[in-house]
Amino acid sequence: MNLTLKIWRQKNAQSKGKMVDYKVTEISEHMSFLEMMDVLNEQLVNSGEEPIAFDHDCREGICGMCSMYINGEAHGPDRGITTCQLHMRMFKDGDTITIEPFRAKAFPVIKDLVVDRTSFERIQQAGGYISVNTSGNTQDANAIPISKHAADEAMDAATCIGCGACVATCKNSSAMLFVGAKISQYALLPQGQVEAVDRVNNMVAQMDLEGFGNCTNIGACEVECPKGISLENIARMNREFLKANVKG
Amino acid sequence: MSKLDSKVPKGPIKDKWTDYKNHIDLVNPANKRNIDVVVVGTGLAGGSAAATLAELGYNVKAFCYQDSPRRAHSIAAQGGINAAKNYQGDGDSTYRLFYDTVKGGDYRSREANVYRLAEVSANIIDQCVAQGVPFARDYGGLLDNRSFGGVLVSRTFYAKGQTGQQLLLGAYSAMNRQIARGKIQMYNRHEMLDVVKVNGKARGIIARNLISGELERHSAHAVVIASGGYGNVYFLSTNAMGSNATAAWKIHKKGAYFANPCYTQIHPTCIPRSGDYQSKLTLMSESLRNDGRIWVPAKIEDAKAIQQGKLKPTEIAEEDRDYYLERRYPAFGNLVPRDVASRAAKERCDAGYGVNATGEAVYLDFASAFVRYGTEQSKIHGIKNPSKEEIIKLGQGIIEEKYGNLFQMYEKIIAENPYETPMMIYPATHYTMGGVWVDYNLMTTVPGLYCIGEANFSDHGANRLGASALMQGLADGYFVLPYTIGDYLSNDIRTGKITTDSPEFDEAEKEVKEKIDFFINNKGTKSVDYFHKRLGKVMWDKVGMSRNEKGLKEAMAEIKAIREEFWKEVKVPGTAEEMNPELEKAGRVADFLELGELFAKDALNRNESCGGHFREESVELDGEQKGEAKRNDKDYAYVAAWEYKGEPADAVLHKEELEFKDIELKQRSYK
Amino acid sequence: MSGFFKSSIGRKFTMALSAFFLMFFLLQHFAINFLSVLNPDAFNEVSHFMGTNPLIQYVLQPVLLFGVVYHFVMGFILEIKNRSSRVVKYAKNNGSANSTWMSRNMIYSGLFILIFLVIHFIDFWIPELNTKYVQGDMSGLLADGEGYRYYEELQHKFLPPWRIALYCLGFIFLALHLLHGFNSAFQSVGANNKYTKGLKGFGKAYAILVPLGFIVIALFHHFNH
Repeated sequence: MNLTLKIWRQKNAQSKGKMVDYKVTEISEHMSFLEMMDVLNEQLVNSGEEPIAFDHDCREGICGMCSMYINGEAHGPDRGITTCQLHMRMFKDGDTITIEPFRAKAFPVIKDLVVDRTSFERIQQAGGYISVNTSGNTQDANAIPISKHAADEAMDAATCIGCGACVATCKNSSAMLFVGAKISQYALLPQGQVEAVDRVNNMVAQMDLEGFGNCTNIGACEVECPKGISLENIARMNREFLKANVKG
Repeated sequence: MSKLDSKVPKGPIKDKWTDYKNHIDLVNPANKRNIDVVVVGTGLAGGSAAATLAELGYNVKAFCYQDSPRRAHSIAAQGGINAAKNYQGDGDSTYRLFYDTVKGGDYRSREANVYRLAEVSANIIDQCVAQGVPFARDYGGLLDNRSFGGVLVSRTFYAKGQTGQQLLLGAYSAMNRQIARGKIQMYNRHEMLDVVKVNGKARGIIARNLISGELERHSAHAVVIASGGYGNVYFLSTNAMGSNATAAWKIHKKGAYFANPCYTQIHPTCIPRSGDYQSKLTLMSESLRNDGRIWVPAKIEDAKAIQQGKLKPTEIAEEDRDYYLERRYPAFGNLVPRDVASRAAKERCDAGYGVNATGEAVYLDFASAFVRYGTEQSKIHGIKNPSKEEIIKLGQGIIEEKYGNLFQMYEKIIAENPYETPMMIYPATHYTMGGVWVDYNLMTTVPGLYCIGEANFSDHGANRLGASALMQGLADGYFVLPYTIGDYLSNDIRTGKITTDSPEFDEAEKEVKEKIDFFINNKGTKSVDYFHKRLGKVMWDKVGMSRNEKGLKEAMAEIKAIREEFWKEVKVPGTAEEMNPELEKAGRVADFLELGELFAKDALNRNESCGGHFREESVELDGEQKGEAKRNDKDYAYVAAWEYKGEPADAVLHKEELEFKDIELKQRSYK
Repeated sequence: MSGFFKSSIGRKFTMALSAFFLMFFLLQHFAINFLSVLNPDAFNEVSHFMGTNPLIQYVLQPVLLFGVVYHFVMGFILEIKNRSSRVVKYAKNNGSANSTWMSRNMIYSGLFILIFLVIHFIDFWIPELNTKYVQGDMSGLLADGEGYRYYEELQHKFLPPWRIALYCLGFIFLALHLLHGFNSAFQSVGANNKYTKGLKGFGKAYAILVPLGFIVIALFHHFNH
């Protein structure tokens, strides 16, 4: 199929960017979206132009590196996938596809479609861990039984890949699904209880500091999340935060 | 040819590690504050090492090329992690895990290292659970296990199909705690481009800031390389697009021997290739083989009809299907080790029985698992006389619980519903057992330079068992390196801060800069990918699942020719002083073009079939094992460690003879 | 605790609390108003009670006022903050693919409700205050002293068609606001559990039936004069 691509080009963080039109031809429907981008880039390199910078790595939907806003949706029109898993069969011959970087004040553009998501890093550093040293003689893994239900729910929260689609999608650029997922994982496990108060307070404070917007419970994040992280995690974070503030 | 000293401690194998830890030198906590360690790579090995070293009190600088340590490719490991916990009471033990690993590695690994790995495996699970890794649990609240290819016990711990992700996030969280404390300085979007040696010791690295293009000098008292494997030498592999061998190769060029490059694991359960534009291959967890049965049509005319799209797999009668693994290996069936399963698939496809348009795919069928689980479930739920549909539906529910994410991934890529029609799979390059040679301390042949995880030649010998990579990465990073490195660093407590303002740093940075400037100024005619794809094709065709002398010699010559053309014709747009992905790729492919040749040279040298390395000249000629791989313990029971001498073809071989005192060498049989 | 009210989640929580109060108020307002359709005398009695009971007048009324003002002011503050969280807007944004119109446009439905409220206050609340506290007539009786004035006033207000149209529109926006807001408030205070599904149904019913009821009341008085 032949396609017209409208792609955001921006030289670096300081410069102003703009949308630029490109054409690609003979795209197979079996290609992944990023393979289509590879074709375009090969074309650009061969014609002496600078290829489009975009983040990608594992290309199997788990590393969370890829981050495109395609036709007005984070990771494109398909559900439950990342951009690298989006396939061209989702588009039709002759389509025009708009490709933009994930946009948020807390995700400044580095170049073209590449954005800086280190705000997520700082949130995690603020408390996204259990303070346990590596010693080799922590208690036996089976010492504390954890109900299958709690373990499964914690796992569901923990599947977040930190791609930032929730922020990109959210009308308010809120990071609450991301933060809620991490807080939930530990809130659901007995290991996480000891530091629960500090964790939620510190992580939420850092989130606010980074300039993300506030959640208005729109639910778009949940729909666009490639891993199907549920809004329940935000509710749980709210509860944890309330609990932490009531406790002191 | 010098003798390599593996520094394996004396004494009985089960006491070596304990005795060793009891007697090595330690660094006192006050001195640790004055010692810097650089860790390159933040996957399971690098991430866990960085976190643990920082917990111990060292100042750690950690580097990764991704925008976050959490994105290292360990994250993509699906199936699980082995540990000799014997929670299932099925007779597992440290010795059995040790035995299975040595056997699975086709007796080409260092006994003492493997035993240590098995010993610390149980600690890993304890540590990870303490960190909040949500491993799968049974209804009693205790940890669940699955069995994995090539072994007879259930010792694999898992977190759905995302075990690698959860373990990495565990290590990442441990890192985050240390980053917050200031004990780890994290350098995201940085790539190490050379190691700096001062007075023969590794004393730092040159790294490029991938955002600004700036070259940076980072000094340290020791350097740890944890940059993963070199599977991308094949262009197509299950590795991440950015996975590269540059750090490992650069240290090789600076004096670290590179061991057993020919040991590559071609993983049997990957999604087949669909066309030339393909950029990478997607793995599906081997655990699928626990419940899926692998087959191709028994009749060649059926295979042809399928290839032409005239026949559907579900239309082929049971008796017309060839469950070739069950047929050839009745004892292990679909659960034979990866190398055996991969070669068997290639054998069937080469014979014309492949099941997609390219003829390079076999079926992985869950139909009988649906029935098996469905029947069980209908009994549990007390459903009397369930219909066939009801049973299948119940069974599908169980399979969905176990592998739902894999089934969904498959459907997204292939656009076929694997609940209704069998999956198609084909082998793909997955893991490299070879790598930088290290001694028992995980130190390379360069003092102060360590290599851990997949990047070293590791504990897997010639073939790695499923769910062992995660185990090794975390064992190295959490439990081995943090101890062994102390023994070396204890001599450095009076060294003081290492300056980056030295001729050695000047020289290293100059070399790196010249290489970068060359790429930018070369203005050739062909893109980096063009060369990478050509290299990959040579590697796959001639140094792939089965190798012979003629092909390997051709491969060496062809790779050299591609390399020469690369240096003339490569084209890198943009500048060095900005984010420039093409420039990054150019440097990586330049290294692959050298590594690939050494790879072929090593494969040529090893005229035996062992593990992931199959030489057509070395097969059993008769008996029950006819046609199966034939190992040659008399001549090749050694680690081939190569010393860099300019051209890859001139590399000098050093042997580390392997001694097996605690295991009897046997020809592997899975019949 | 002061940090709580400055935090994103704290503000979200207080938005929800004010919303709960407003939704409760709305329900009782509706119940009393609906009496006017069923039984004018009862309506007059209850209105007089509400209008003169000190607890309601001096405690609940200020709380209500505070709730209304807080909900609006904080709504605007959050909107501004949220808008500033994305400096460069998307060239193409397909919001309808993943969310409802109501959820994305709370500020607009809210703004229209604010306009409506201003008019509503001018219509009812300010004259009420004037009668009771400026003129000091706490009797609640008609000028001629023949019975209560509330029902009469209500009927009178709903005479002009423009006001009916405006009220109907106001209630439609109220419905849109509530269609997202009702359940959003529960989510904000952390209530997302096994009852959520049922609650969603109830929220939808509330969001549609209550404003619809108000519309019915307005139309009833317009045509039944």
